[in-house]
Amino acid sequence: MTGRSNTQRRSRSHFSPARLGIYAFLLTAALFFLLPLYVMLVTSVKSMEEIRLGHIFALPLQVTFEPWTQAWSSACTGLSCDGIRGGFWNSVAIAVPSTILPILLGAINGYALSFWRPRGSSLLFGILMVGAFVPLQVMIYPLVRVTGAMGLFGSLSGIVLVHIIFAMPVMTLLFRNYYAGVPHELFQAARIDGGGFFRIFAQVMLPMSLPIIVVAAIMQVTGVWNDYILGLQFAGTDNYPMTVQLNNVINTTTGTRMYNVNMAATILTSMVPLAIYFISGRWFVRGIAAGAVKG
Amino acid sequence: MAAPKHLLRKLIPFAALIPMALTVIVGYLGTVLWSLNTSFTNARTFPTDTYVGMAQYTRLFDNERWLVSLHNLALYGMLFIAACLVIGFLLAVFIDQKVRGEGVLRTVFLYPYAMSFVATGLVWQWMLKPADGIEHAVIQMGFTNFTFDWIENEDMVMYTIVIATVWQASGLVMAMMLAGLRGIDAEIWKAARLDGIPAWRVYISIVLPMLGPTVATVLLLLTTAVVKLFDAVVAMTQGGPGTASEVPAKFIMDHLFQRANISLASAAAIVMLVPVIAMAMPFLYARWRKGHA
Repeated sequence: MTGRSNTQRRSRSHFSPARLGIYAFLLTAALFFLLPLYVMLVTSVKSMEEIRLGHIFALPLQVTFEPWTQAWSSACTGLSCDGIRGGFWNSVAIAVPSTILPILLGAINGYALSFWRPRGSSLLFGILMVGAFVPLQVMIYPLVRVTGAMGLFGSLSGIVLVHIIFAMPVMTLLFRNYYAGVPHELFQAARIDGGGFFRIFAQVMLPMSLPIIVVAAIMQVTGVWNDYILGLQFAGTDNYPMTVQLNNVINTTTGTRMYNVNMAATILTSMVPLAIYFISGRWFVRGIAAGAVKG
Repeated sequence: MAAPKHLLRKLIPFAALIPMALTVIVGYLGTVLWSLNTSFTNARTFPTDTYVGMAQYTRLFDNERWLVSLHNLALYGMLFIAACLVIGFLLAVFIDQKVRGEGVLRTVFLYPYAMSFVATGLVWQWMLKPADGIEHAVIQMGFTNFTFDWIENEDMVMYTIVIATVWQASGLVMAMMLAGLRGIDAEIWKAARLDGIPAWRVYISIVLPMLGPTVATVLLLLTTAVVKLFDAVVAMTQGGPGTASEVPAKFIMDHLFQRANISLASAAAIVMLVPVIAMAMPFLYARWRKGHA
């Protein structure tokens, strides 16, 4: 951030004031970003007494994992007191089909749009791209009626169907852009060899789509896992995802609030997307950049 | 025998796009038209065909809670977008100074983006609660007159939602801006150095304008996030204290599912749809032009 060329070159080896300023800024910012994670972690391993006596930034005097077990298996979510483990498995049950099916459909759409281009498909795609920007609130009530008419409202299939609908624009776009980079000659050669629509898709296109499938899967799993509003509205009480149960634990409890349990539950709910983020690293960022149009 | 088989093969690409066609026609076009239609009726719990013209829109803009929601959203939107852009850009520029530990810093700035708005809202709710959170901690450290009760203060509560969501989303802006910075031709820096132009001037006058497309994409992402603002409010304040942190998305959800006024809610949803589509159209058009050039 300093001025001329020579000062900048020198500053790389020495620690000039400007260099110190850069690190001071970045470290302060890093502390601000880490603060909530720190508060969550220390609060979740304190006893309620310690929380009352001390303050949120204090390190725990005595570490207890009791809040974690409570959050997982005995915290009250509205009517029942079984913790948020049920929500965890519900979220898994929702996330698996809501990741596989949108990716499969997105890949087929992208493939058909890039290579076969049936009549009217680009118009459909155009509308789908505009659709990506439609606020969810415009669509949600009609979708309640549609899933209701299909007998799927308040069921696992219902919430998966809704996730498919909301994921379709970005999944289609991802695969369409990816296949746009595949040489057309490859497709022509496969056709001359007598390959049909699905054979070329399964044997030529899918095997080389692994990178984009990984990106799409990261995006979709995190998105579905972090969803709250769709799960609340479409999944039904038996299938409430973890986010909905978490909010119920914290915002609908009567009596004394168990802040340590609440924070443990919050960490548990964030664990899956955070793990994906820490493991996948740059792929996660690639997903964001590729799906920048997501509405 | 050959003809039907040939026909079948021609039909397969069409058949493969049936799920997409159904999604577009029923899921997107159908639902938007349905909401538009409902907004002209006086439907309460169930759809009706009693049309009342623009009455719901008039009623909407006479509704105190809706006006509060819109005002909150405008305030929130401006602050959220401005803060995310400034913080995201600064972080990207500072990280771009060949600093040590770049990977760690990037990870730290972006991890909140992996968390849900619900979790984000709940953590910040806990930290901002005067009786237990930051205020309490600072008082315990000896500053007995310290107050920080924004989350319980009607005039300040929207700022707490800004803080929490900026924490969640500014890392995303950083990541996209950094990608943009890395894409800039190194020759520009050499030329600027030869001319003796200070680095900050280069960033403001040359680099920032060159990041135009990135900024446009970021703006679009942030704007759609603003319109969707719902989860964080529900988790943090439930719209309170009173109606001080009500937002349009929550107004619509409440009128659809609790207050049984689907026509008013549909009118509100259509009002939210118009500016979003107006924002998206130039973006999509530019993308389309690029695709056909």
